[in-house]
Amino acid sequence: MILMDKTARRHRWDTKFAPYGYVAPYFLIFGVFGLFPLLYTIWVSLQDRNLLESDAATFVWFANYAKLMADPYFWNAMGNTLSLWLLTTVPQILFALFIAQLLNRKVRTRTLFRMGVILPNITSVAAVTIIFAQLFGRDFGLVNWVLDLFGAGQIDWQAGTASSHIAIAVMVVWRWTGYHALIFLASMQAIPSTLYEAATLDGASGRQQFWRITVPLLRPQIIFTTIIATTGNMRLLAEPLLFNPGAAAATGGSDRQFQTAALYLYEQGFTKYDFGYSSSIAVVLAITTVVVAGLGYLVTKRIRTE
Amino acid sequence: MRPKALVLGCAALATAVVLSGCGSDTASGGKTKLTIGLFGNFGYAELLKEYAAAHPDVEISDRTASYSDHHKNLAAHLATSSGAADIEAVDTGYINQFKATPDKFVDLNTKGGDQLKDRWLPWKWEGSLSKDGKQIGYGTDVGGLAICYRRDLLQAAGLPADREQVAALWPTWQDFMAAGKKFQEKAPEGVKWFDGGPTVLNAIVGQASVGYYDKSDKIVVGENKEIKAGWDLVVDGVQSGLSSKLLYSTPVWNTGFKQGQFATVTCPAWQMAKIKDQAGPEAAGKWDVTSVPGGGGNWGGSYLTVPKSGKNVDKAVELAAWLTAPEQQAKVFKSAGLLPSIPKLYEDPSIVDYKNPYFNDAPIGKLFTDAAKKLNPQYQGPKAGDIQTAIGNAMQRVEQGKQNGEDSWRQFVGDVQK
Repeated sequence: MILMDKTARRHRWDTKFAPYGYVAPYFLIFGVFGLFPLLYTIWVSLQDRNLLESDAATFVWFANYAKLMADPYFWNAMGNTLSLWLLTTVPQILFALFIAQLLNRKVRTRTLFRMGVILPNITSVAAVTIIFAQLFGRDFGLVNWVLDLFGAGQIDWQAGTASSHIAIAVMVVWRWTGYHALIFLASMQAIPSTLYEAATLDGASGRQQFWRITVPLLRPQIIFTTIIATTGNMRLLAEPLLFNPGAAAATGGSDRQFQTAALYLYEQGFTKYDFGYSSSIAVVLAITTVVVAGLGYLVTKRIRTE
Repeated sequence: MRPKALVLGCAALATAVVLSGCGSDTASGGKTKLTIGLFGNFGYAELLKEYAAAHPDVEISDRTASYSDHHKNLAAHLATSSGAADIEAVDTGYINQFKATPDKFVDLNTKGGDQLKDRWLPWKWEGSLSKDGKQIGYGTDVGGLAICYRRDLLQAAGLPADREQVAALWPTWQDFMAAGKKFQEKAPEGVKWFDGGPTVLNAIVGQASVGYYDKSDKIVVGENKEIKAGWDLVVDGVQSGLSSKLLYSTPVWNTGFKQGQFATVTCPAWQMAKIKDQAGPEAAGKWDVTSVPGGGGNWGGSYLTVPKSGKNVDKAVELAAWLTAPEQQAKVFKSAGLLPSIPKLYEDPSIVDYKNPYFNDAPIGKLFTDAAKKLNPQYQGPKAGDIQTAIGNAMQRVEQGKQNGEDSWRQFVGDVQK
């Protein structure tokens, strides 16, 4: 009787606690690599702390944040971040939808094409950026050469605000469009063909079917990719950093014309060694990212069938 | 029982994941492994082989990164006290930042450095000495200053190509710009007089008696008339179309050497190795070297430091001392053109009489040792490297037509006062 009781209790324990055990590895790893760094960053952001002299750090509470709010270069960097977010995220999703639509047809060697669109994503971001920086070179860049053929003259891509943002956006869009296209493609294949058949019988054109059936049914995926793209594009670092190699890389151009918030964080932390200030940038950037992702969610949530 | 075991297992897994990031270099076959972190071209490849051959118990691997990556990585590694090489090279532009935290490095004075002190130029030794008298690095080279120029391009524009005659064109920087305007009238298509404003400006700054800082570490560049005059002169040169508008040490600047986009470039001694690497064998004999306008000055030069986090600091100190010893510096001068920081060598005939075949047999030994003897050391403040970057950005704003000289100067002065 006692033995029975023990087994039963054990069974109850098992069903009660085992699920926690199963999800524990994720939370442990998240705790070590996600939560701890986040809390630590917040803690550092309240200090006046040199990167190389952590022992000499002093608590200054919100002084870093006060300085940040009055720092024109921080606002410049935030403006560049939002501009690049818009220039990367919107085209990325539109192109991805379009490419997924193309790939969702019966074409020869379509597996090859489907594999092909993911290629830019698995190449190293450093290599991609270095190549693109050459393509956008002022004197010997391919892009300027083509523009010159059409008589458009040469553009110093790094020098201007708009031109540098466009060049960086091209790199990001090129790299991530295929990834999003594959997500869209997978969901498109799950849309029952009867919907399209019925629409065809009702006389709906291909364009109408795309915007009235495909896009509304992809709504959850569009929300997902918008959030993923937003979190990625709000912290662009490698592209603007490597677009302007050399000793001045961290300033993002001669007049900080393409310095993103993440790059400003990098400059403050790793060239000025102001670890506290750079952590406060990280915190503000994280909060802004959540807000922008929320906005993206609200916009994409409005997609619906009429 | 089971859930508990599972949790334990997970904890073990997580710990393993964390710990695997901290694996240590295990010596293979009883050998001591030393790593040396460099940037650019130190000319050490042969020397390291030589050292390893003479010391069978030591295995050396070197890693080379770009100038800015190297120093930023070093800062990150020092901050976390892990990942730094056993020996790390540090440039003049960064040494002041690092010597502000001397406790991250081995004090070489405690490892026999004070005995070696007299090897170096006194200002080189002081350059890496912390305020409390700790020596964090052994000096490798000094920059010195000269001008490298393309003989063929000068000739094509109707200017002399002979070294002495070229030097006679530009006793001062004003003359240098005037010669540039003459050059530009008949210059081959697409060729400019100099590579970029920031490069020329760095040389002028290097010659000034006071640089960005005064000796009390106060930033005085805003009131420095000497530097402002140099700034105005370079701005005028840029606006007269003399500049290729390329920023030094960038890929486009490297391409500029290959394509022959500019006729002259400011040449600290270490620049010669870069030119040879970038312009390649097909440009051999086209380049030549002559003396710089203005007086003696310095730009760059480096130190070898030994971070405290290393596992074999004694062997590392030994290697750093060997690499910076007179015999080795003499070899590096001949192989890579880096100017020794050792005054004894400036009298050594094998150095003084050395001619560089790549640069049309220019007597670089005489040229640079003369320059080094004339050199008037300038005090470098804590963030001299950052200010150099900021003034380069400021000049680029003028070159890119984003601002005029006055506005850009004002913004620069405001930036560095922050």
